[in-house]
Amino acid sequence: MTSIMDSAVRGQPAVPPTGPPAAKPPPRLLPPATTRRQQAVNGWLFIAVPVLLFIAFFAIPIVAALVLSLTDYAIIGDFEFVGLDNYTRIFGDSFFWIALRNTAYYTALYVPLGIAVALGSALLLNRDARAARIFRTLFYIPVVSSTVATASIWFWLLNPQYGVFNVVLGWFGIDGPAWLYESAWAMPAIVVMSVWAGFGANMVIFLGGLQGVPRDLYEAARIDGANAWQQFRHVTLPGISRVMFLVSTLQIIGAFQVFDQAFILTKGGPGNSTVTMVYYIFDRGFDSLEMGYASALSFVLFLIIMVFSLINARVNKVGES
Amino acid sequence: MATVSLPPATAGTPAPAPGAQPLRRRRRRTPLQQLGRVAWWIGCIAISFATVMPFVWTLATSLKPPGEVLGSYLSIIPDRPTLENYVAVFTDTPFASYLGNSAYLAIAGTVTNLFFGALGGYSLAKLRFRGRTSVFAVFLGSMMVPGVITMVPTFLVLRHFPLAGGNDLFGDGGFGFINTFWAVILPGAAGPFAVFFMKQFFQSLPDELGEAARIDGAGEFRIFARVYLPLAKAGLAVLGVMTLQGGWNAFLWPLIVLNDERMLTVQVALSSFVNERTTDFGPLMAGTILTSVPMLVLFLVCQRWIIEGIAHIGSK
Repeated sequence: MTSIMDSAVRGQPAVPPTGPPAAKPPPRLLPPATTRRQQAVNGWLFIAVPVLLFIAFFAIPIVAALVLSLTDYAIIGDFEFVGLDNYTRIFGDSFFWIALRNTAYYTALYVPLGIAVALGSALLLNRDARAARIFRTLFYIPVVSSTVATASIWFWLLNPQYGVFNVVLGWFGIDGPAWLYESAWAMPAIVVMSVWAGFGANMVIFLGGLQGVPRDLYEAARIDGANAWQQFRHVTLPGISRVMFLVSTLQIIGAFQVFDQAFILTKGGPGNSTVTMVYYIFDRGFDSLEMGYASALSFVLFLIIMVFSLINARVNKVGES
Repeated sequence: MATVSLPPATAGTPAPAPGAQPLRRRRRRTPLQQLGRVAWWIGCIAISFATVMPFVWTLATSLKPPGEVLGSYLSIIPDRPTLENYVAVFTDTPFASYLGNSAYLAIAGTVTNLFFGALGGYSLAKLRFRGRTSVFAVFLGSMMVPGVITMVPTFLVLRHFPLAGGNDLFGDGGFGFINTFWAVILPGAAGPFAVFFMKQFFQSLPDELGEAARIDGAGEFRIFARVYLPLAKAGLAVLGVMTLQGGWNAFLWPLIVLNDERMLTVQVALSSFVNERTTDFGPLMAGTILTSVPMLVLFLVCQRWIIEGIAHIGSK
């Protein structure tokens, strides 16, 4: 037994392996049937906890969400199937449209701005110097902070009277807005705050991608007389297309689910200008306990996110070829 | 794609001959290059200023006595530094127990994710069994699904968990795991990300190590624990730091499932501070510092691991 395995390890089976005749090309290593069965048992045993938790807290909830969205379940009392009533209700729900508009506004500002700042700072730091590594650490610091701490800090920075924003604007004779207390400025302020809080992580991912772009391509482009912008457009961007796809997908999925900042800083106000989709779902599901309706809302948001992720995949594919 | 740990010199171009570098350094820069260098420094310092100063200012405000907070709100160094804001935070609220709750939840989540993530990742990377590719594909796919979709039903699964928290076999009668720490720990105890991350790591280790031990008659768990796990320390460190941070900073889920005042996490408590103490900036900033400092210290100690771990995701 040991000798068979021994030779099998070296890649030259001394005796023909047991089991079915080798119709397909023989795998690199063919342990005897008993070990193989043992491996299968161990394999499932080792992965059992993640799989069970996955079933309980992902697979079942997904199915349950679909079923719930067809009911008027509200935790208390009886519930019944209402068919697609929840979905038709959504289309007539003015709050849904407000939340959707706010979320779309946030996403449209946050995703491009976040990518531009992250990629810009990655380009700035894409050099092998001690100073660049120190700056990388400094740029990353806001990422470490929680959204709550970030919100709390910005609550102070954005204070209309004492906040640094308006004080600095005041130096230039500009009377700054009341930021979080003004419906026109609350969402842009949250966008800027979120970019500040998150760009460091994407910057580091971009840096990983930038280091994979072969340097001789730049050299070749320079010889061909390409200027800095042309090098960026025709060497850098194609070179990091996979990373760009990853980052933009994560940004889109994250942006459509924005919640923390709006919940902490503005409670959806002023004038509902910062009620986001997840905020509205949270409000329906856990404040009004309309869990059936909340599930339908989350499915609609899920579909919207899928559509935009697919569009994003298309756009990135086009850029790649 | 190359990993970030590669020194850039090996990333494509033939390395310049030793000695060429100092020679090039000595060459005088054109005015344009000089200007570019100055602009680079200015740009980097400006961004660092924007990312670091808010924390410095928060710390300064937290150390100012009440009159000074609004009186000289822009000064970085308090005239009369005081710890009274911190004392107020700890005496007015059970902040110590909030910190304890968050630490408990973050550490518990990290321990379970490291253990089950490593074990599961090892299984997917090194053991051959039917269904392993499907498990991996499903886990990977699930990471792309927006979390909001499972928010409401996961709450219900926890509430109606059979035989938990006064529930009967069919999950009725009690509150299940709601308002217990299990409601935070269980759903994230062995996330697909941890399994995925550790699988990638174990895959880079040679199969031969395990095969040699298998021939010696070692059991599979022993091979995992004694042969492979010690070699995965770097991966475990990165995953551990990321999980710890995620657990400490979690907000929405603890907000939903923990309502008992004694069980609040530090993030949930701080968020209600923002609403309750809209003018009480000293204690609010002190609470913010207390909430941020553990992760800031962790980051500054382990920053290379964290940054390279994140960059690793980008290079995959």
